[in-house]
Amino acid sequence: MTEATLAADAQTTSPDDQSVGEAQSLSQEAWKELRRNPLFVISLILITIFVVMAIFPQLFTRINPNDGVLAKSLTPPSSDQWFGRDLQGYDVYARTIYGARASILVGLFATFFTSLLGVAIGTVAAYYGGWLDSIVMRITDVFFAIPFLLGGILFMSTFPNTANSSYASIVGKVVLALSVLGWPGIARLMRGAVLQVKPNEYVLAAKALGASPWRIIRSHILPNAMAPVMVVSMINLGAYIGAEATLSFLGIGLVAPAVSWGVAISDSLPYIRQAWWFLVFPSIFLSLTVLAFIMLGDAIRDAFDPKGR
Amino acid sequence: MATATATSAATSQYQPQDGRLLDVENLHVHFHTRYGTATVINGVNFTLDQGQTLAILGESGSGKSVTAQAIMGILDMPPAQIPEGVIKYCGQDLLTMPEEQRRKTRGPEVSMIFQDALSSLNPTFPVGWQIAEMFREHRGMNKSDAYAQAVRLMERVSIPAAKQRVKAYPHQFSGGMRQRIMIAMAIALDPAVLIADEPTTALDVTVQAQIMGLLQELQEERQMGLILITHDLGVVADVADRIAVMYAGRIVEQADVFDIYSRPAHPYTKGLLESIPRLDLKGQELAAIGGLPPNLMRIPPGCAFNPRCAMAQDICRTERPHLLEVGPNRSSACHFSKEVLGA
Repeated sequence: MTEATLAADAQTTSPDDQSVGEAQSLSQEAWKELRRNPLFVISLILITIFVVMAIFPQLFTRINPNDGVLAKSLTPPSSDQWFGRDLQGYDVYARTIYGARASILVGLFATFFTSLLGVAIGTVAAYYGGWLDSIVMRITDVFFAIPFLLGGILFMSTFPNTANSSYASIVGKVVLALSVLGWPGIARLMRGAVLQVKPNEYVLAAKALGASPWRIIRSHILPNAMAPVMVVSMINLGAYIGAEATLSFLGIGLVAPAVSWGVAISDSLPYIRQAWWFLVFPSIFLSLTVLAFIMLGDAIRDAFDPKGR
Repeated sequence: MATATATSAATSQYQPQDGRLLDVENLHVHFHTRYGTATVINGVNFTLDQGQTLAILGESGSGKSVTAQAIMGILDMPPAQIPEGVIKYCGQDLLTMPEEQRRKTRGPEVSMIFQDALSSLNPTFPVGWQIAEMFREHRGMNKSDAYAQAVRLMERVSIPAAKQRVKAYPHQFSGGMRQRIMIAMAIALDPAVLIADEPTTALDVTVQAQIMGLLQELQEERQMGLILITHDLGVVADVADRIAVMYAGRIVEQADVFDIYSRPAHPYTKGLLESIPRLDLKGQELAAIGGLPPNLMRIPPGCAFNPRCAMAQDICRTERPHLLEVGPNRSSACHFSKEVLGA
């Protein structure tokens, strides 16, 4: 709170000589804080690069990632092929660049759907309470009890991707698997946050001044309860990218023709002794992406945490 | 301002009969908990007329805030339950009204101010937005008109530089200013009844006086019925017309403000008045009421006040006194009201 805002509570003060501080909400203050945080800046730059890579891979390479030159199979890195070539003679650099798209797509969509589902379910359960809360949260518990990877493996092996599936359905299935398993965490978190916000007097005041339930949820509950979910979603985004790579690594996530870091890592394993580049470069990109999103989530959490001030 | 009052009064479907706004009859509120049922309100009766200020006085846990919340319909049910009682607003029972119809009375008809203005304002939105929301929700106004109304109201409750501050956030205001904003929101739609639940408890003494002055001014200007809930006898003395003293969920004494201060008719009221520090009785020990209010799950038989009452006799432990007329326009629930009055 700045000095200017501590306006005297006197009626005699004339309106003109009041110095008025610039209005600053929590999010505005958080933004100020974030801009000074090197973690935030670095992660944002990395994420921007990866997102651009995902949308316009052509900007980074002219080589077609599906141009295999079998004669050049397992060529080590050189000035012609920066990251070398893999078993099929594909250019590892081009495949790593093009691999960003699948990872980022899966991460973004999985985060979007888990947050949407989790926020809606958690808010309704906490706001209405009673038996509705009990039933909804027990269902959440059931989903929560399924181990994430095991559930993903089960889902993907029940509805496997095949080589002639379309790109959208290959990615969509992985997103669906991650979303179905990921929402309970967000729902629990959201329920907790709403339960914390609900007894606040401004919610009671809004009720006493005739606001409808929908308006109370939209204007008073959600804006005050979203912060933890936003942070955890951001961190989860990194985790979903990792999970996608894990599923692909196990051969049940994304499959060719989709190009993905997980697939590349999986393909490279048998040749790790002859051709390290084949494994190392996609791994570095995967680690950096996951790290960037987790760092971003961390920085945002710190900025929104009033105790850190 | 005057025109706004006139138009809203003309369009309202609620018209007070003979100036009678609120009629609370035999109100009971129970709270069901894991440990049993707490009888928080146990048969409360009172009325409120246009332009009248009724102060409801009592200790913490006497049921005064729950009474207010029952009138507003913002009790959490469950755990709360209203097994009995009628709350009539302009002749219509609020308790049997469909929820949607009742919601529409909150704001334009009956409105409320809370104790802690900091937590009563949403920290994520500018104050002007929150005042404007009242007009957008109930009157369907567009954004710029609603903001203009918000500025007008902020000026009315004497917030300096209202035009500049309309976009400021609650944490940028002092406690008194926040309470003014809360008042602006509560009176935005010209309610006929305003309930103020300990509006000055969280404020400095000097600011308390300003806020009470503002409330009184607004009440006279709009002829609102004002219910003032407080535990502070000093606050009500200047403002209230009538006082209802609550103890353990019941009204134990009800009278005009002058009568109650000069000659209380209930030992509890008397005890409260004696426990006010007085300048002319310097150096003496302050008379406090011994003991604690009863556990609302186990209210003692007979008069709830008997374990703490110096005048208690056998009848007080067996028979519950009714709220009876003890003088012109005043009533008391005590077997020995005449003795208390005479003493």
